[in-house]
Amino acid sequence: MRILVCVKRIPMVGGRIVLTPDGGQIDTSMLGFTVSPHEECAVEEAVRIVEAVRAKGGSGEVTVLTLGPPEAADQLRDAVALGASKCVLLETDREWGPIATAEAIAQEARERGPFDLLLFGNEAADSGDFQVGIRVAHLLDLPVVTGIKGLALEPSGSAGSLAGSLPRASARREYRGVEESFELGLPAVVTVKEGINLPRYPSLPGRMRAKKAVIDSLALGWQGEALSTESLRVPTVERRRAELLGRGAEAVPALVALLESLGLLS
Amino acid sequence: MTQVLVLVEHDADGLIDSSRRAVTFARGLAVANANSKVAVCVIGEVPTGGAELASAIGRQAAEYGVASLHVVPFTGYAPLAWARALGQLADSLSADAVVAAGTDRGSEVMAHLGAITGEEMVANCFAVSRSGTHEWHLTRQRWGGSLIEEAWLEAGRALLTVATDAIPPASVVEPVAAPLELELEAYEPQLADGDTSVVATESPEQAGGVSLASARVVVSGGRGVGGVEGFSVIEQLAAYFGGAVGVSRAVTSLGWRPHSEQVGQTGTRVTPDLYMACGISGAIQHLAGCQSAKTMIAINTDGDAPIMARADYAVIGDVNEVLPALLEVLRARG
Ligand SMILES: Cc1cc2nc3c(=O)[nH]c(=O)nc-3n(C[C@H](O)[C@H](O)[C@H](O)COP(=O)(O)OP(=O)(O)OC[C@H]3O[C@@H](n4cnc5c(N)ncnc54)[C@H](O)[C@@H]3O)c2cc1C
Ligand SMILES: Nc1ncnc2c1ncn2[C@@H]1O[C@H](COP(=O)(O)O)[C@@H](O)[C@H]1O
Repeated sequence: MRILVCVKRIPMVGGRIVLTPDGGQIDTSMLGFTVSPHEECAVEEAVRIVEAVRAKGGSGEVTVLTLGPPEAADQLRDAVALGASKCVLLETDREWGPIATAEAIAQEARERGPFDLLLFGNEAADSGDFQVGIRVAHLLDLPVVTGIKGLALEPSGSAGSLAGSLPRASARREYRGVEESFELGLPAVVTVKEGINLPRYPSLPGRMRAKKAVIDSLALGWQGEALSTESLRVPTVERRRAELLGRGAEAVPALVALLESLGLLS
Repeated sequence: MTQVLVLVEHDADGLIDSSRRAVTFARGLAVANANSKVAVCVIGEVPTGGAELASAIGRQAAEYGVASLHVVPFTGYAPLAWARALGQLADSLSADAVVAAGTDRGSEVMAHLGAITGEEMVANCFAVSRSGTHEWHLTRQRWGGSLIEEAWLEAGRALLTVATDAIPPASVVEPVAAPLELELEAYEPQLADGDTSVVATESPEQAGGVSLASARVVVSGGRGVGGVEGFSVIEQLAAYFGGAVGVSRAVTSLGWRPHSEQVGQTGTRVTPDLYMACGISGAIQHLAGCQSAKTMIAINTDGDAPIMARADYAVIGDVNEVLPALLEVLRARG
């Protein structure tokens, strides 16, 4: 079982986004970096699948890939700490759009493949383009399901086992209060949402492995794109100062009066 | 003439709210380009789903200023087949723009369409204008709405999804000379076998209680609640209002509560009348899920927490002191 997981480095913004003076980008000078929670869950899911395969005597490995600046190696190492074994960094000198990103990922997947399963986040935390996984599936001519909150791999055929011939995937998600499920044969692309699992904390041996991980990098040249950013801005929300109802339990009468005025008390 | 084609979704009562917003967005584009029209595409079992549903959709489409209503008869949801059908219909209408609400399905189908044709698909737009035949100016949300981008798209045809929470649905006030109800025109796409190989099977969810997404009152707890036990009061308070429990990601990551209760960018977006944020700092990713609340009350020991700048009312204090006291007074009232 060979699984490819794609993650994207993003700044860890907290209470407020601060832009650079020219307004061109997020000021990351004071920020740490991470990946989207969806992608963290994708890594965890991949590691769990491979662990299950190995427990049955099969073999498997998780390759994690990112396209981004050289520093994105940190996010690959974070994935190794969770159990991924190989790292690929496609180095770029600027933010790439979804078409170029998908083409580069598909090309790399072809060269390093075949992979039985390609996992993505449902959408990246920053751009939220909702499409890189789908585009990669089309480029590789693979079936794809998105927004998945539950994934089970079942042996295909009675004689098959998770460790042997390629299993089938059964994937489920929610749509307007209804559960939807999909059946598909591997190889396939699956984009996942946070909640599909609860990612583990990296273990000490995991962190040691991460330090020593070999990062396979490849520099890519930018080709030009049809969509270009003109400017970024932080939406102007009224920064209202909340009306203080009081401190501690002494605020309760004021709270009750407020709830009453909102028509919430019978 | 310009045509804007909108993929809409419906339930048993007609067009869903996000689709009305997507149509409103599309009409904005059509109005700015004189001589333009909005066409709508419905995929599903409408003709067989009963005359009443067809008539409801026809009436709503007319109300929202749509010029033509196209129905692709199809059973079930198969993302690739839907995209193929939408693309073929767009070609046959020579549509200049194809638009869908940024719902799970809308985004998925539009991404497939972009992948099929190799065109750009731009997500989460809430303003669009055209300058020349190959240039589009777009305003769109990034970071779940915490950042806004102005962008240029160079393309003959624009594929866009709509950030529907930024567009209030607006019907056309006086449908001048428009029919009161649009006729459904059937459209038969040419599908290949592989287009229907990934298809959804629906099963009713066994969800009990009030759904978080539609609750009128949400009582939310964050790391400040301190532990699993602290959520007992939050649950009781939510139940008192007939509302739902929400949590921050810190709480789900700690394993205190299930992810299904998470509010935010990677959780559920809520739109209650009252949102009570208890022991929540107010990170932008959390606010992305609750900023449409009509009234927000924050309870936090830190008067300078970011949530205080977004809440309408605040109590500075320990949630484990304030909430039990509040619950006691409410219960005493009966
Ligand atoms: C890409 C991305 C997506 C994310 N998506 C989400 C999301 O969907 N939803 C989400 O919630 N987060 C999300 N996050 C995480 C987010 O950035 C914050 O880390 C998280 O919301 C913090 O949760 P919190 O407010 O409970 O915890 P903290 O930030 O630790 O805040 C705890 C608060 O409780 C207060 N407090 C402490 N003790 C008490 C007490 N006894 N009584 C009252 N107040 C007290 C503190 O003053 C503090 O303000 C995301 C992050 C990233 C990077
Ligand atoms: N630069 C990137 N490097 C690696 N994976 C990416 C990158 N951009 C997007 N992805 C993957 O594609 C998913 C969807 O991204 P998007 O279509 O940009 O919303 C993300 O959750 C990632 O799994």
